[in-house]
Amino acid sequence: MSWSYALRRIGMFVAVVFLAITINFIVPRMAPGDPTAAVLEQLLSRGQQVEGAADIVANYRARFGLDDPILLQYGRYVWNTLHFDLGYSISYFPQKVESALLQALPWTLALLLTATAIAFTLGSILGALIAWPRSPRMVRNLAPVLMVLSAIPYYLLALILLYVFAVWTKFFPLGGAASSQSALTFSFASTIDVIRHAFLPALSIVLAGLGFWALGMRGAMINVLGEDYLTLAEAKGLRPHRIFFAYAMRNAMLPQVTSLAIALGTVASGSVLVEVAFNYPGIGYVLYNALRSSDYFLIQGVAFFLVLTVAVAVLLLELAYPLIDPRIER
Amino acid sequence: MHSILRPAGALLAFVGGSPKLIVSVLLLALLFSFGSVGSAFVDTELAQPISVKTNQPPSMQHLLGTDSGGRDVLAVMVVGTPQTLRMGVLAGLIGVVFGVFLGLVSGFFGGPADRIISAVTDTMLTIPPLAILLVVAASVRAVSVDMMAVIIALLSWMNPARTIRAQVLSLRELPYVQMARVSGLSNFRIMLQELLPNVIPLAFASFVGAVSGAILSGMALEVLGLGPQNTPTLGMTIYWALLYAAFARGMWWWWGPPVLILVLLFIALFLMSAALDEVANPRLRQRS
Repeated sequence: MSWSYALRRIGMFVAVVFLAITINFIVPRMAPGDPTAAVLEQLLSRGQQVEGAADIVANYRARFGLDDPILLQYGRYVWNTLHFDLGYSISYFPQKVESALLQALPWTLALLLTATAIAFTLGSILGALIAWPRSPRMVRNLAPVLMVLSAIPYYLLALILLYVFAVWTKFFPLGGAASSQSALTFSFASTIDVIRHAFLPALSIVLAGLGFWALGMRGAMINVLGEDYLTLAEAKGLRPHRIFFAYAMRNAMLPQVTSLAIALGTVASGSVLVEVAFNYPGIGYVLYNALRSSDYFLIQGVAFFLVLTVAVAVLLLELAYPLIDPRIER
Repeated sequence: MHSILRPAGALLAFVGGSPKLIVSVLLLALLFSFGSVGSAFVDTELAQPISVKTNQPPSMQHLLGTDSGGRDVLAVMVVGTPQTLRMGVLAGLIGVVFGVFLGLVSGFFGGPADRIISAVTDTMLTIPPLAILLVVAASVRAVSVDMMAVIIALLSWMNPARTIRAQVLSLRELPYVQMARVSGLSNFRIMLQELLPNVIPLAFASFVGAVSGAILSGMALEVLGLGPQNTPTLGMTIYWALLYAAFARGMWWWWGPPVLILVLLFIALFLMSAALDEVANPRLRQRS
């Protein structure tokens, strides 16, 4: 891997993170009203004298440091955010924003990464098979079905699955991540329980993503099938499955990996909503609570975490990309 | 003028040969006329809260039943569907106009302008749209459908900009553009008169994609409770239904209709953008 390629990608990553921090900093300041006043008002309207309220107020005052020059405020905000100091949460008080998020992150990562990996792999193989002239007719007829599936957003699919399999037939639990989260152990029963809870959310993400990846792969595969090296491979008498995997699919995978990097942001947005639909205790659920209690720092924290997670994944993908296709570095 | 008419003629000729396009046009015609036709038959006053008896299952009097807020669900759909469409079309339109402009500038001028625009576009594409929309919507607290559309339009220009740029890059090298350059046409006129007409089919295809994306983003904000609280859009109806536990209470007639209409809408828009892609890129047509 050349240094300039890696540096460019890392530069891009830094730019994305800074953009996210900057938006978090600027947008509330452009909105009418004083953020400190709004927060104070909210704390008072809750009526309860929260322990350490003075601490929070001091924290907000320092954070917004309203008498300081704007550039100094910005610098401090960037510094704090880069140190994962995201302020106090109102709805999860006395937890801080970052610790509420760190608790939720493993659930989101496990669900999002597993489901996306399954959708991507399965979708790519299916798409390749649809384009492959020697596939059975049944497989080739799947294209329209996948097209319709890829058009339906994650969230709507989640609602439909939730109704059919949890409310109506009661095959799966209505939501949550486990029957009792405090009693989670590494036992067999516990594992089954967690999988049963994750099944429907994961299925929504897989089904909604499957069509997208299959259609992309089908397009890439059709392009590859016209190439001379495939004709040569056939003329050499290579076995069909070898041509399929090692010659056709391998080359058609390259654009798929690029579009994975591009689509990840949308995928993450979609899966956050799936979590909301299933009350899954990940970032999406934290977000829903934050919105319901107008917990502004927590909302900002969720936005930042979402951007950061996707940016890290995209960076890893892009750094791995030259290993698959050396031409990309140019 | 001729260059504008030609793709339009090709489009018309193509409609007959594409089942995807026929299906999508029919579906969209149905959905777009649902509001105006529906309001001729349904009393839209019943979409107001506390206008009917609450929690009634479908009956002859209320074809789709009533919700917990005392609204007739059919009336809510008749009022809400056009609002959702309005938001999507408005946001898509703003996004596509901005995207086409950036794509033209970036593709035609190349150099530093292109590098900056492309870098910003690519960066914005990798950011989860929800993250930015959340921060903006949570501090602005959009109250109207139009306001929502403007917020969503902030994130609807990247895909159009990318597609148009790619197209302009290849158009730029064609002899007729070179000719226009040599004959001393200003850059502005080359972009407006020579390039713009040729990217219109593609721009229209990405407009459909942008509308679909905008409705998706709008729905996301709405089901999270960041939508217009007083307008019964499709997304807001789902939000209220979930908030009042319509699922657990078996009130399928409350959450079902908006979900169904949205699903049909997304399928129609997807089919249309797939069909238009085939018009804009004839190479795709021969293969499939």
